[in-house]
Amino acid sequence: MSGAALPLRAGLPRLRPGLWLACAVLALVFAWAVAPSLFTARSPVEGIPGAQLLPPSWAHPLGTDGLGRDQLARVVYGARESLAGAFVAVAVGLLLGTGLGVLAGARGGWVDAAVMRLVDTLLAIPALLLSLSIIILLGFGSIKAAVAVGIVAVAQFARLSRAEVLRVRASDYVEAAFGSGGRFAAVLWRHVLPNSLTSVLALAALQFGSAILALSTLGFLGYGAPPPTPEWGLLIAEGRDFLARAWWLTASPGLVVVLVVLSAERIGRGIGGPSP
Amino acid sequence: MMARHLAQRVGQALLVLAATFTLAFLLLQALPGDAVLIKFLELGLTPDQLAEIRLAYGADAPLWRQYLHTAGGFLTGNFGTSIRAGVPVAQLLAENLPATLLLAALAFAAASLLALLLAGLATLGGQSWLRGLVRSVPSLFVAVPVFWLGIMLIQLFSFQLGWISIISPEPWEELALPVATIAVPISAPLAQVLIRNIDAVLAEPFVAVARAKGASHAWVLRWHVARNALLPTLTMAGVLFGELLGGAVVTEAVFGLNGLGGLTQQAVANQDVAVLQAIVVVSAAAFVLINLAVDLLYPVLDPRLARGRRAA
Repeated sequence: MSGAALPLRAGLPRLRPGLWLACAVLALVFAWAVAPSLFTARSPVEGIPGAQLLPPSWAHPLGTDGLGRDQLARVVYGARESLAGAFVAVAVGLLLGTGLGVLAGARGGWVDAAVMRLVDTLLAIPALLLSLSIIILLGFGSIKAAVAVGIVAVAQFARLSRAEVLRVRASDYVEAAFGSGGRFAAVLWRHVLPNSLTSVLALAALQFGSAILALSTLGFLGYGAPPPTPEWGLLIAEGRDFLARAWWLTASPGLVVVLVVLSAERIGRGIGGPSP
Repeated sequence: MMARHLAQRVGQALLVLAATFTLAFLLLQALPGDAVLIKFLELGLTPDQLAEIRLAYGADAPLWRQYLHTAGGFLTGNFGTSIRAGVPVAQLLAENLPATLLLAALAFAAASLLALLLAGLATLGGQSWLRGLVRSVPSLFVAVPVFWLGIMLIQLFSFQLGWISIISPEPWEELALPVATIAVPISAPLAQVLIRNIDAVLAEPFVAVARAKGASHAWVLRWHVARNALLPTLTMAGVLFGELLGGAVVTEAVFGLNGLGGLTQQAVANQDVAVLQAIVVVSAAAFVLINLAVDLLYPVLDPRLARGRRAA
């Protein structure tokens, strides 16, 4: 778990136990999102009358909430909301960011200068405030919150992909490709993009974790999916009202978020690329 | 040479500031259309009254005039009027800023101590298993949602242990948990950078030379490691500031504290764009100024850089 990875091995996927565990955690949570009914027979939105705030038991492994809803079902179904949001966020950041970065790196000149000043501007606004500004513009909702989180990630993707394009462009084989008459777009597609892919993928994995965190924060503040949608941040916010009587309601979704974010970060580092 | 570098750097900072203001204006004032209209439509005013209010808020002017007007206001410290509270935004900021700054400053101090402790244990700690374990702590700290950490701390220290009363807390009791909540995630990137720097410095030839000459461990730490490992953390100041502010916003929401965070939350809930615009621009200005100060101070603190520039 050394912080400074050896540069020689950075490109190889290191299959250590921690990485396997991270993959297993993410696989499980993805399975929750795809087929939640395989993991719980209970409804995430309909409560059982008279079964409010039960402590964890065999029937309800994570207890029940203030409306008698099974907490495990809420957490399992919540994976769909949180993972879908994180995917949208990373897709927005990745597409816009790499688009801008590749454009800047490939074109150079004033285009480069303009894009990089835009990136500086995005980085100058604290991440939470930037996403809140976009939310005030778009309104509340899970997709809107996801887009807001994605826009925050644009700057990092743009920076990385621009640096990658500049790095690959300076290499001999790209020189050779141009020298042998390769057209600009073709060289970009065949040589620059594949060679930048690893580090962009690594960043995407890291950003996936950050997006889960940011989305849960927005959900907690009430700007994401409206109740009774099971969303992890919202679950924590709802559980807060019963903190003195039922601590497991806030503890369980929070622990799931921590595990998912840790796993995404571990996989991002495993792919290799920018060190955290 | 130096003067040119200074002018270039200041010019760049001003450019980013202007661009940030423009972005905030576009996002919050131009694109949403008529925030004033949305707000007052709910009150069921007559068209005449609406027109009057729009005139009063300057919402009827063409966009470029609104832009110039708002920009002029920001330059002179007039951040507009809060639609919700009906008072100048500058007044709201002045009321709420001190509490948040105090919280952020205390949290930063706590985070620095925590980061130094972690970095010390991770690089100089006795057993190798301990060093390895401590090295994975920052990753964990980054993965914890701030708001959840706050709630868990309340659960642990107020409900389980009963150390911190919720009903009528002493001033230190009121701040202890929020400070800890913000400090934990902030300490993580600091600790990571410190660990990396200390590792790098300990592997430097000059450390080996100093040891070979008979320098003690403490001497090496004091004269080689401390300076070389601490200085680069300065470059993180701007990013940490943004994280502190974001952390404070969320933490104030969790603990029900008054401050910039509460103000931000209300502004988003009420679509009070003028307030959010001012908060965004002011915090971006702070970020840009911090980075500018670090850039200009760094060669002064690290003579190697100044020499390098003069030689070049």
